[in-house]
Amino acid sequence: MSLPGFKKPYKGDARHWPGIFIATACFFAYVYMPIIILIILSFNENRTVTVWTGFSLEWYALAFENRDIIRAATNSLIIASISSISATILATLAATRMATDKFNGKTAFNAMISLPITVPEIVPAVATLMFFASVGFTFGLGTVIIGHTIFCLPFAYLPIRARLEGMDPRMAEAAADLYANPIRAFYRVTLPQILPGVLSGLILAFIISLDDFVTTFFLGGAGSTTLPIYIFGLVRTGVTPEVNAISSLMLLLSLVLVSLSLFLGREQSR
Amino acid sequence: MRASTRPLVFRILLIGPAALAMCLFMVIPLMLMGWISIQGRDYSGGVLWGEIGFDAYTRLFFERELDGTIALNLNYFKIILRSIWLSALTMTISLVVGFPVALFMATRSQRWRAVLIFMVTLPFWTNLLVRNYAWILLLRDHGTINNTLLWLGVISEPLPLLHNQLAVAIGLTYSFMPFMVLPIYSSLEKIDFRLVEASFDLYASRWQTLKRVILPLAFPGMVAGCILVFVPSLGSYVTPELLGGGKTLMIGNLIGLQFGAARNWPFGAALGMFLLLLVLIALTSYARNYRTNAQVGK
Repeated sequence: MSLPGFKKPYKGDARHWPGIFIATACFFAYVYMPIIILIILSFNENRTVTVWTGFSLEWYALAFENRDIIRAATNSLIIASISSISATILATLAATRMATDKFNGKTAFNAMISLPITVPEIVPAVATLMFFASVGFTFGLGTVIIGHTIFCLPFAYLPIRARLEGMDPRMAEAAADLYANPIRAFYRVTLPQILPGVLSGLILAFIISLDDFVTTFFLGGAGSTTLPIYIFGLVRTGVTPEVNAISSLMLLLSLVLVSLSLFLGREQSR
Repeated sequence: MRASTRPLVFRILLIGPAALAMCLFMVIPLMLMGWISIQGRDYSGGVLWGEIGFDAYTRLFFERELDGTIALNLNYFKIILRSIWLSALTMTISLVVGFPVALFMATRSQRWRAVLIFMVTLPFWTNLLVRNYAWILLLRDHGTINNTLLWLGVISEPLPLLHNQLAVAIGLTYSFMPFMVLPIYSSLEKIDFRLVEASFDLYASRWQTLKRVILPLAFPGMVAGCILVFVPSLGSYVTPELLGGGKTLMIGNLIGLQFGAARNWPFGAALGMFLLLLVLIALTSYARNYRTNAQVGK
């Protein structure tokens, strides 16, 4: 019963808003539809690519027989392995001090290490291109690996530092009190605790390197063609079913790796 | 000896390698780029060291005719304006689409939130090139969308969906949407939903509650999301290259061209500096905004 002249207060559920479910459903359709269509079309037997005629694994077989693709995949794996491991080692070393020490220039270091994620990739890519050319480096696998290590650094560094900051500093002190030298204390006390963070950072760095196009494109030379560079070359000349097959495989690889990394990340936050 | 008695040695040994790598292959190249942007141009592809001048920067607006006179040429400036416009458009679409999604996520149970965050983040970690390529399959003249519409009889001729600004905007939104959804979600997640109930009890309608309670609380996340979408869009290279075709260049492609076919390093470096400046403006305006918000919050 309400008094005349007073309307009832609005009795709604604070957590239920009309339309947001449909908006979210549309959003996920928009996000996943292109990926799903790409994967479906990669099993299409027809050469016209976008008209479905029947199921076939032909394009996958062709992709695995193609020497250029195998070489590009090998390059991708070599570059991603070396860069992600180097970046993770550099990041772990730096993070162990950065998480505990206070010193002048700490902010500057943090700003510097996050440059690759704040600046659009094309800028450091061409800047490094000019640097390598001026110094007289030969463009190839080496220059690409250096470039990748640099932009992988923040992706490895940030999760490791976050993990270290959540650690009890008294643990390392206790190890020191028990006559462990700093290296031993690191191996026996700190590293086991941050290992999930380190692995998660390593995998993220690996994926980022594996998927990179821009830096590889500008810092690459003869013999450093990676899968994304190869796909880009094919896409520019036209859409072929082989591209669908390799692209689907790349998607799948990233999905598996990122799930693994996020799973490790979840384990550590428990 | 305890580690803490000689922290400087450890600091240099442990932080040193990463700092050195970043200096050598990031900071010095960027500084070199600034230096090259005021050098002379070597037409064979390179730099004439020591011929200091601002030709590369004036080239953004003017053009030297064959007889030596200087005339206004806004072709490059148009590309810069187009980049800013497309990035702003991407940012706006992401904000409008991303907000309801973030609100939906924030109002779910703990378990569902984790699943939804995973679903939003997942595509971000897949190959950018492949994701943009997938849109070519959809938008082509005989792509999935046109074929479906033709089959339904809605259209009789394929619509020109690929190689235009719309295609680039779709691709950019697709590429950077998680950067909008996640920060908005993280600010909405902290909202005490009793505030919303209180607002209803005080006779506010849903619309008023949204405008007066939820939006102000979500504002910091919205600003962060806008910056995180705007900055990478502005410097994007792959999306306009694949979905834009030759006519919808953005500043990133213009930079790329100077190191390929055009062979004009000083101009490429000047464009790079210009892009850095735009990013810096976006980031500092965000930092200032963030600080004022923090003060208001106190």
